[in-house]
Amino acid sequence: MAKKSYRTAINDALRGEMRRNPDIIVLGEDVAGGQGATGDVGVVGSVFGVLGGLYKEFGPTRVIDTPISESAIVGAAAGAALTGLRPVAEIMFVDFVGVCFDQIYNQAAKFRYMFGGKAKTPMIIRATIGAGFRAGAQHSQSMHPLFTMVPGLKVVMPSNAYDAKGLMIEALRGDDPVIYLEAKTLYDTEVEVPDEAYRVPFGEARVAREGKDITLVAFGPMVPRALAVAETLAKDGISAEVVDPRTTSPLDEDTILESVEKTGRLVLVDESPPRCSLASDVAAIVADKGFKFLKAPIKSVTCPHTPVPFAPVLEDEYMPNPRRIEAAVRAVMKFD
Amino acid sequence: MQLSRDELKRAYKRMFTIRAFEERVEKEFAAGNIPGFAHVYLGQEASGVGVCHDLTDEDLIGSTHRGHGHCIAKGCDVKGMMLEIMGKAGGLCGGKGGSMHIADLSKGMLGANAIVGGAPPIAVGAALTQKYKKTGRVSVAFSGDGASNQGTVFEAMNMAVVLKVPAIFVFENNGYGEHTAASYSVGGGSIADRARSFGMPAEVVDGVDFFAVHEAMGRALEHCRAGTGPYALEIRCYRFLGHFVGDPQAYRTADELKDARSHDPLPLFRKKVTEAKLLEASELDAIEKEILAEVEDAAQTAIAAPPPDIKSLEKDVYVRY
Repeated sequence: MAKKSYRTAINDALRGEMRRNPDIIVLGEDVAGGQGATGDVGVVGSVFGVLGGLYKEFGPTRVIDTPISESAIVGAAAGAALTGLRPVAEIMFVDFVGVCFDQIYNQAAKFRYMFGGKAKTPMIIRATIGAGFRAGAQHSQSMHPLFTMVPGLKVVMPSNAYDAKGLMIEALRGDDPVIYLEAKTLYDTEVEVPDEAYRVPFGEARVAREGKDITLVAFGPMVPRALAVAETLAKDGISAEVVDPRTTSPLDEDTILESVEKTGRLVLVDESPPRCSLASDVAAIVADKGFKFLKAPIKSVTCPHTPVPFAPVLEDEYMPNPRRIEAAVRAVMKFD
Repeated sequence: MQLSRDELKRAYKRMFTIRAFEERVEKEFAAGNIPGFAHVYLGQEASGVGVCHDLTDEDLIGSTHRGHGHCIAKGCDVKGMMLEIMGKAGGLCGGKGGSMHIADLSKGMLGANAIVGGAPPIAVGAALTQKYKKTGRVSVAFSGDGASNQGTVFEAMNMAVVLKVPAIFVFENNGYGEHTAASYSVGGGSIADRARSFGMPAEVVDGVDFFAVHEAMGRALEHCRAGTGPYALEIRCYRFLGHFVGDPQAYRTADELKDARSHDPLPLFRKKVTEAKLLEASELDAIEKEILAEVEDAAQTAIAAPPPDIKSLEKDVYVRY
């Protein structure tokens, strides 16, 4: 099986599903690129190149460049989804949802419930997340907790190319609005990815590494970091299990609780400010439903309660880094 | 209005500072000394400098992601800017902001902005302060052709008219919003017409010509200072480079890129002032020499400067918490 990048895996999923289902359209800023210009159209394929070649294959009726108008992009996707299309809207950086949040949480997320179950809104909002790109306070956030708390939305955070493809296909074949969060720092990471279509179901966590002493639950781009720390700790005889929930809504509580039942210890790694984060959410769930399994207090490794700083030294410290993850694990392991 | 020799020199100095600074940014970005992205203002110098020429530190501006030129036009310190862009201690925002968030409130510069259409509503608020405090000063919202398609910008224009605040909406139409042409994305084609439809006067201005921009801005200032509400300028200019430094720009032909460079505000200014015998070529040469040395010093200082203290990470989230 060929290795593919996270970027290519998402492209594969979209291309395959667009061939299969003519109702799928893609819309957003520079999803093709070059419209109205003197040179070639379609040469951008979204700012991180995820949609490369789609314009060439599917043309302007299905790969739709929009003005810079996030409210209209997401609102149009919601309206099109409500009326029979399957739009994949792109918000280039998740930070830009600030401009269009009403269309997400008051509109798309609520149609089905408000309309008494008569409506369905099969749309996907793709957005890039994460710090580490030196892009400053308005291009580096993650914001997954904000979406996770909205009833009616499903929230996907792939941590590797295999899951990225399978979760995208699952989203495209489902009937609910999905927030699909792509980690900028993972686009070039590669794993083996099948050429054919396959689905990775929502709400099913992956045990990314088995262990017996401590459970690390990490989200999206924090999964590879947790795995790297687990590798380091193994050399000191600490056996860490790493759980990747893959979707934060729905959340696979069972797999997390089963892991904590086995290890008795839990560290959460979440690239998010600490308050009302996925870390605090999962910690509360485990304290509520798995208290009897715990041999030590739960620790969280998150960002500080600050915006994302620009300077590299500050940004590296802002993100949950290997040093802080390792320190948290060692502190939990030392607890009597 | 005829500008004095000193004023003409000041205008050229600012325009050339932007040119030299941005060319240095391009170079230092390629050398790996600038983290993240850099969106440069090359080709648009006459716009920012023409708009800001008659503004004081008490007049306020809100800027865009392509904000270095606005900062310089408003009088921000180039060394502080270079330090900020390189993420170093002593930067104008302590290294917290970076290229897309340079601000200097003491100069009336309310920040570059990484959200397209982010500044205009803020500029309306700043104009409200000017009106409320009866300062007689104005607030300027810089945005691009791309931002002219954002709902936030429509709301800001309408509210400025309703509240009759001294806001000047400056739309720098450089032909491209990121990698998409304005000819595709701006429905109806005219940003000035959009502003007019909200009930404010608007002009289309040649952004290559400093004097055209400066004169149009004079009319905007007169209108705003009379207390009759906002004004809009659609300034047509050229983006010499891509959306960001390193953008391969396959969506623009070589001919178009060459043509853009032929609409250069700096040689045009030089030609006009020397032909009219207002300034000598040697005076302009001396300005260039002085500025190149200043930018060189800024770059060298910034490269050598230490990063911010790690302890500053959690500082300044609140005034008090």
